[in-house]
Amino acid sequence: MKRTFTLTTAIAALFAASIANADEIRVLNWQGYGTDADWATDAFTEATGHTVVHEYFNSEQEMLTKLRTNPGAYDVVLINASFTPQAQAEGLITSIDTAMIENFDDVSANMAENDDLNAGGALHGVPWTWGLTSFAINTNTFDEAPTSIEVFWDPDYNGRVSIRDDALEAVQFAAIATGQDINNIEDLDAIQVKLAELMPQIKTYWGSENDWNQFMAADDLDVATIWSGSASRSMAAGLPVQFVVPEEGAIGWLDGLSIPTSSTKQEAAHQFIDWMIDPEFYTRWAEDGAPASANAAAAAALPEDAFNRQVLGDPEVVARVQFQRPVSDETREAYLTMWQALKAAQ
Amino acid sequence: MSNMLVKQDRLRIFGLLSPAYLWLTVAIFLPLSAMFYFSFLSEVPFGDAEWNFTTDNYRAFFETPTYAILLWKSIKLGLMVTLTSVLIGFPCAYVLAKTIQGRSREALFLLVILPFWSNSLVRIFSWAIVLRGNGVLDRTLNAILPFELDINLMFSTPAIVIGLVHSYLPYVILTAYLALQAIDDSLIDAARSMGAGKITILRRIILPLSLPGLLAGAVLIFVPVVGSFMEPRILGGRVGTYYGTVIEDQFVAVFNWPLGAALSFILLAVVLVILALASPILRKAQT
Repeated sequence: MKRTFTLTTAIAALFAASIANADEIRVLNWQGYGTDADWATDAFTEATGHTVVHEYFNSEQEMLTKLRTNPGAYDVVLINASFTPQAQAEGLITSIDTAMIENFDDVSANMAENDDLNAGGALHGVPWTWGLTSFAINTNTFDEAPTSIEVFWDPDYNGRVSIRDDALEAVQFAAIATGQDINNIEDLDAIQVKLAELMPQIKTYWGSENDWNQFMAADDLDVATIWSGSASRSMAAGLPVQFVVPEEGAIGWLDGLSIPTSSTKQEAAHQFIDWMIDPEFYTRWAEDGAPASANAAAAAALPEDAFNRQVLGDPEVVARVQFQRPVSDETREAYLTMWQALKAAQ
Repeated sequence: MSNMLVKQDRLRIFGLLSPAYLWLTVAIFLPLSAMFYFSFLSEVPFGDAEWNFTTDNYRAFFETPTYAILLWKSIKLGLMVTLTSVLIGFPCAYVLAKTIQGRSREALFLLVILPFWSNSLVRIFSWAIVLRGNGVLDRTLNAILPFELDINLMFSTPAIVIGLVHSYLPYVILTAYLALQAIDDSLIDAARSMGAGKITILRRIILPLSLPGLLAGAVLIFVPVVGSFMEPRILGGRVGTYYGTVIEDQFVAVFNWPLGAALSFILLAVVLVILALASPILRKAQT
């Protein structure tokens, strides 16, 4: 209760000037991904008077389609940086007025200057969260964490391996294993061979974080790819898992919050984004398991032993990360065809 | 005068049938036509996306061997599940129709229909709990048997077949039961009095007379199993990629509705062809 009070007073102080006109803003995001936490929207409403309504998407393609088909329906949308240039090029999102976002000064410069978020020469997405796609191990099986991604191909773990059922992720994962640039894959055949060798090792694919937790809890898997944010949540929930960033590297992603061009409540939208990158919001969210914050001040506000500080705060780890760039539709299609053929051959 | 009557009859028939036809139009014909239309588009026609008419989606099926391989895999799964269901369901229906009487029959019937009353997703998840290594089945058998047995059926083709048979078994039991019950017991008595053995009675009297029901049940099972996606995905793991799961991916994961729609209509066509090929047998069974 006390916490909510400090939160609300903090935001109230920030937005005292704009309480006058209350809007209903519509947010488009993945379900359960920070923006729709009750405590967060309640605090925002209490401070600014603006209410928040959510709508969800299940894939980036669906998100883009919703933006195209429902002009004016959304005021804030979460867009992965690798899709921001496409959304910008189609005129779906507008540039951000950083002067209206007080917390923006604390956003790490390398994120704020990210090429994809600055598509079209101006900031079109406020860096919000980032994380890694790497893998986690079952600590009941491993005495010592492996250092190489090759553990997926280790016959000792035959039938105890899982990766996500996603063509892009599978291909980029194999790109890392074959020492290639995930954004500029030159030897696709090598990747096909590598994945074909991986298939017999796999017990099942996972689709959602919930699937993953169930398989781990049932002791079905020893090693499986996972997102860093999900791994931190699973560890917090007491599952015997440990997140590993292998020496070969990991896939990095960056999520930004954008404002649709058609939004009629731009001011309220900016305020909501400001609240989303506020350290107060982030430290509370991190208690439930959150991805890493793009706001340096928010990251620094975490406790010393927090997962996002220990694992993702390590500069050596960050140096090994390859951040995802936009992928063209043709490339995506080619990856999908390859992935489906590999699955069909099982 | 008689003309008037006919007219009235027609009106009455029309009045009685119209709710059903309205329902068919709204619930089946319209969505299907929309999907059929989608299947000839190059893009999902939402918003400003540029699209045009194309047959590329149908060509994709023939150009990429993946789809044909998976369709064949799905048809094999359909045959396997149907055959297993008939082998289990027919004796069960026979016992229900001919051997058991009275209240115990009602109780058994209830047990047969029970799976229908639970959500299919719940059923599949409960199978997942039973079949997995160190799961219910594994532990129970190891507790009873004197030797150590490692049963881990989860994420395998048998797991998919078990889950699907459990879901669809009631169809074949119910249809076969109705056909078997219609068989006059005196026919069997007559055959027996003329010295026919049990096998002969089954082969010459019971099977031919109950064949329509049995086949109806088989068709009811085969068609949905060929397109099934939820059971293979959850119970099959790595080997759980089927034609149905690829269609699901097109709609849910990669948002390529036109291709998903085209693949669905190819499936529909293939199933119709199979039923058409089987129709001489079906018709023969009816007479």
